[in-house]
Amino acid sequence: MARKTAGMTNQMISAQGLTKTFPAKGKVVEAVRSVDLEVGAGELVAFLGPNGAGKSTTLRMLTTLLPPTSGDAIVAGSDIRRDPAGVRRRIGYVGQGSSGGHTQRVRDELHAQGSFYGMGRRETRARAAELIESLELGQVAGRQVQSLSGGQKRRLDIALGLIHRPELLFLDEPSTGLDPHSRANLWEHIVDLRRETGTTIFLTTHYLDEADQLAERVMVMDHGQVIADDTAWALKESLAGDRVSLTFETAADAAAAAARIGGAASGQVVTVTAPGGDRALPRYIRSLGDAGLDVTAATHRQPTLDDVFLALTGRTLREEAAHAEASAEPALA
Amino acid sequence: MTTIDATARPTGFLRDTASVFVRESRPLVRDPFSVIFSLVQPLVFLGLFGPLLIGASGGDAAGTLQWFVPGILVMVALFGTASTGANLLFEMQTGSHERTLVAPLSRSALLVGRALKEVVPLVIQGTIVVLVAVPFGFSLDVPGLVAGLAVLAVFGIGFGALSYTLALACRNRDWMFWMVHQTLLFPLMILSGMLLPLEDGPAWMQVAAAINPLSYIVGAERALLAGDFGAPAVIGGVIAAAVTCAIGVVVGVRAMKRAR
Repeated sequence: MARKTAGMTNQMISAQGLTKTFPAKGKVVEAVRSVDLEVGAGELVAFLGPNGAGKSTTLRMLTTLLPPTSGDAIVAGSDIRRDPAGVRRRIGYVGQGSSGGHTQRVRDELHAQGSFYGMGRRETRARAAELIESLELGQVAGRQVQSLSGGQKRRLDIALGLIHRPELLFLDEPSTGLDPHSRANLWEHIVDLRRETGTTIFLTTHYLDEADQLAERVMVMDHGQVIADDTAWALKESLAGDRVSLTFETAADAAAAAARIGGAASGQVVTVTAPGGDRALPRYIRSLGDAGLDVTAATHRQPTLDDVFLALTGRTLREEAAHAEASAEPALA
Repeated sequence: MTTIDATARPTGFLRDTASVFVRESRPLVRDPFSVIFSLVQPLVFLGLFGPLLIGASGGDAAGTLQWFVPGILVMVALFGTASTGANLLFEMQTGSHERTLVAPLSRSALLVGRALKEVVPLVIQGTIVVLVAVPFGFSLDVPGLVAGLAVLAVFGIGFGALSYTLALACRNRDWMFWMVHQTLLFPLMILSGMLLPLEDGPAWMQVAAAINPLSYIVGAERALLAGDFGAPAVIGGVIAAAVTCAIGVVVGVRAMKRAR
């Protein structure tokens, strides 16, 4: 599980034993349980897990919003306990909410943000103009934040997080609540940012496809612990494997086939997990055909991160999402 | 594309306070009408309560206004700053307060910058109320008005800070904020002698007024707006405003430092 990192010199995040407990209804809830993590400069890491897994709480500790109950972390070169101001100066943070004040104008908020980070007036104005252009906020720069669409608000949030050119950008559920078009657009901006500046990006998401397509590295969190950490490809290869399903004329054929190849029969359909399923499929059809079991239909499906989560926890993230809509993480209460 | 320099630099408390003050004041500058709009309530009191008071007192309009207008000024300061925490409450719920907590801003500056902003609408509104009353016989003493507004500004910073403290304590419970707000505001107002003299009230009311800092401020405003700088009530009002300010800022800064 533990991922080897490329030496300790160029680390953006280095955390050991991060733990956060909250008192709740007379009990102690362990939101985050001894998390270790290492993120190198330039990485794009997706922190994946169901609601309440502890993703946001971990992020809030790394961004100095919440002091850890125990454990330590060095973020962008500064210690989160001893030098929170140093961490704050070097990181950008885009939280779950909308970070522009509702009665503020878009450009005014960017100017205020620059002054919050100790930037000079001319520098702030130039940087704000640059961000307004690159995040396509020109049409709304003079408007109040409350009049913006969801996608525009999110782009403003990103612009605010980038005003001081942070080396490390934290994004907490950046695309939650956006329509598919705005999500795609937001992702284009994030990918561009990374390509142009090499900014390290650490984001949480419960969208599987998002983690799968965009992050090179996926950390899976569940019940306050990191339970897997690797590239999406390696996780799928090692934990889930390809799914091959074969359909037969009769249920009896299916049962016989399942016994031969070690799959599970359900009615006329047999499913089997096999590494390199695309190469295994013709072999199955040939060998089963030789044994007199004719395959009438066959499909091969590559595993998803949901399959990985299922293999790790016995639950699927999609079910979790449906259950957990109402129960927010304790840190946000 | 040329790269624009943009680097975060360490800042101090004063710079941070100025940054927060400027941000908080911008919507007022952009939309000055909002400042005027919140004047509706005090002007309604002035226009509808004033004539009744003049009738009931049996005295002349000018004399009654001289007594009543300073009370309305205190009302402007009280109502304007008491509800200012609702803005912070809203920002805590949307996420823009969280953004300022991740920025390298001093926690004290987050509170003090916001509280100082209260002075701006308060001074504008107070001046308008006085100017409206002048044609009806209120006699304006300019140095007195300046001093009166200064005392109110000090009080407003403190009371605004207390309102922010309440917001920080209530977090996402809006109802609690408004319940405390409503429960405290009207007793504070009535027991200050702002609208009606308390001298004719029962003894318990006079005791309550004696421990209400607002009564001292109302007394000081009446003296100052009449140009009577030497009145003993002035000292009481200055002390009450300074104490409110000190308590508000200390309690507010503590609450902001604990904010998550």
